[in-house]
Amino acid sequence: MQLEQQLRDRLEKKDILLMTHIVLGYPSFDTNRAVIRQMVENGVDCIEMQIPFSEPMADGPVIVKANQEAIKNGTKVADCLAFAAEMTASHDIPFLFMTYYNIIFKYGEKAFFEKAHACGIKGFIVPDLPPEEGESFLQLTAEYEIAPLLIFAPTSTDERMRVLASHGRGFIYCVARRGVTGTKSVIGQDVLDYLKRCREATSMPLAVGFGIQDRDDVSALIGMADMAVIGSQTIRLVDEKGAGAVGPFIAGLR
Amino acid sequence: MGTKDKQGFFGNWGGAYIPEVLHQTFEELNAEFTKCKNDPAFWQDYVELMSTYSCRPTPLTHAENLSRHFGGAQIYIKREDLNHTGAHKANNVMGQGLLVKRMGKKRVIAETGAGQHGMATATMAAKFGLECTIYMGEEDVRRQRPNVFWMEKMGATVVPVTDGSRTLKDAINEAFRDWVTNVDETHYVFGTVCGPHPFPEMVAWFQSIIGLEAAEQIIKYHGKMPARIFACVGGGSNAMGIFKRFIPESGVELVGVEAGGHGIATGLHAVRLSGTDASPGVAQGYKTMFLQDDDGQMKETHSVAAGLDYVGVSPILSDLWEKGRVRFESATDSEVMAALDLTMKKEGIIPALESTHAFVQAFKEAPQLTPADAIIINMSGRGDKDIFTIAHAFNDPSWKEFIIKRGLEYSQGK
Ligand SMILES: Cc1ncc(COP(=O)(O)O)c(C=O)c1O
Repeated sequence: MQLEQQLRDRLEKKDILLMTHIVLGYPSFDTNRAVIRQMVENGVDCIEMQIPFSEPMADGPVIVKANQEAIKNGTKVADCLAFAAEMTASHDIPFLFMTYYNIIFKYGEKAFFEKAHACGIKGFIVPDLPPEEGESFLQLTAEYEIAPLLIFAPTSTDERMRVLASHGRGFIYCVARRGVTGTKSVIGQDVLDYLKRCREATSMPLAVGFGIQDRDDVSALIGMADMAVIGSQTIRLVDEKGAGAVGPFIAGLR
Repeated sequence: MGTKDKQGFFGNWGGAYIPEVLHQTFEELNAEFTKCKNDPAFWQDYVELMSTYSCRPTPLTHAENLSRHFGGAQIYIKREDLNHTGAHKANNVMGQGLLVKRMGKKRVIAETGAGQHGMATATMAAKFGLECTIYMGEEDVRRQRPNVFWMEKMGATVVPVTDGSRTLKDAINEAFRDWVTNVDETHYVFGTVCGPHPFPEMVAWFQSIIGLEAAEQIIKYHGKMPARIFACVGGGSNAMGIFKRFIPESGVELVGVEAGGHGIATGLHAVRLSGTDASPGVAQGYKTMFLQDDDGQMKETHSVAAGLDYVGVSPILSDLWEKGRVRFESATDSEVMAALDLTMKKEGIIPALESTHAFVQAFKEAPQLTPADAIIINMSGRGDKDIFTIAHAFNDPSWKEFIIKRGLEYSQGK
């Protein structure tokens, strides 16, 4: 089934969906496995798995450190692909890859799509690949039924949003504020106005990420967006309290 | 310059691989840059500024003693060290400063390796009344301490970057993170001919003033075009600066010299185009030849010269390399020390460690040519900033004694 339809089916039963983020190989694949199990058992609707890159330009300190540690621990792209295949076979929710373009480019675009498709991956988030530079990438997303998850930012004009929406599929990832991942966002009037603009630019589901950390943030998004993205916060939690703390945290978000 | 293909591409290289948050700012930057390029008055203002605030035109020095010593070509040195702040970096920075004023931004940020670009940016910010933050790898803060001191004295905030390899590429990542956070008020003064479009083209344009002057000067002194031009290549801005004017001159051979570090075979180097360790990749907003592993993770690089210690290289130079217009060579750390020693003794000139890489290759090739030929070495900067590194490499006893004494005094609270 296509990603958008999977999300819409889930939206029949919930006010808002939850997407979570993990960095593959950080602190280890064993911990990733335990964390994902807890996330799924506690109702997470979609998971983005970040393949670590040495130059994570759009990420904040928590995820930067996770990327660097994962690579230092010897995490290879091939390990990430094998782990992804295991996860999609074990859990009945859509899994996405988030990574920087060089990982895909260096692997060979076509080969990477083929492999990700075989692993059951439903979409790609590539923050440093605007559609202008992603011609061949976008063609391959159609060929392999992997959704290109494009990003809106508060600095995107209405016109730009429509251009992005014309290339995106699955859902639109709305970055809640300027900046990198990890710093808390305040869901104030400016964010709500921005989400209104996002809604007008596309009929695709809207995911909102960057700095969503607690139940209040999530409930503030109900009615304004379709999916809340929890990124750095679970990584912090696992760092501080271990994988076991993730389940109760997720269960308490909605 | 290489032919421009798709927007912002030079042959297969370049582009603008930027996060969406920056899209609008790049639209504005491109629009303003296009206006400036098409406005002859802008270039005039720029040249005027560079001749009053800095020392342009910089001299072309005939190095008679070195020429005699090698017994081949006449060696000329283009003196970018005599620019204000001591390097070619000022050319780009003052140009972007004029652009910032037109765009009305209030704050500038920059990455720096050797500290020369940071220095130049800090002076520009002081002169134009802008707030200024400089990102510098922790490793480079340590080895270019005098520049850190001056930047701070001019009112800039210097942020040591502790991620990754703690060198230039990590400083660039951190500057981008600042930019996506403070994009509305801030301009990122990119320091070299790398990064996303329009930076490679823009920085090459400002730096092209070097070659424009050098072409006139060599004709005046030598009566004809030079046989070869040598420039060191970190990101590639001083090289593009002197090369650009000469690209159509088919008789002039252009030679870029990269950091051989401890030697190519050791893996401890920053050789992208003169070896076989680099491969095509996309990082830091652009596509070029990167030193990376099979997974696309960037490798550690090494050079005694912080400004050459970088994983990528200008997309314009990758194109000129691919098309065979620029030849690339490398110089090791120890060759650099020997050439530096010789240059100081013979000419009384102190090139920066970066610039000395170009001297190494020129010295290897000068004897192959005749006294009727001229070669130009682009001396991108002065060596004063490297005093700690050079004194250490020469194991200079009286300098060491001085540092020990001063350290003792400081530790005793004097
Ligand atoms: C004196 C000097 N030369 C050369 C470089 C290398 O940069 P580029 O290759 O952009 O000229 C630097 C960079 O910091 C520098 O300070």
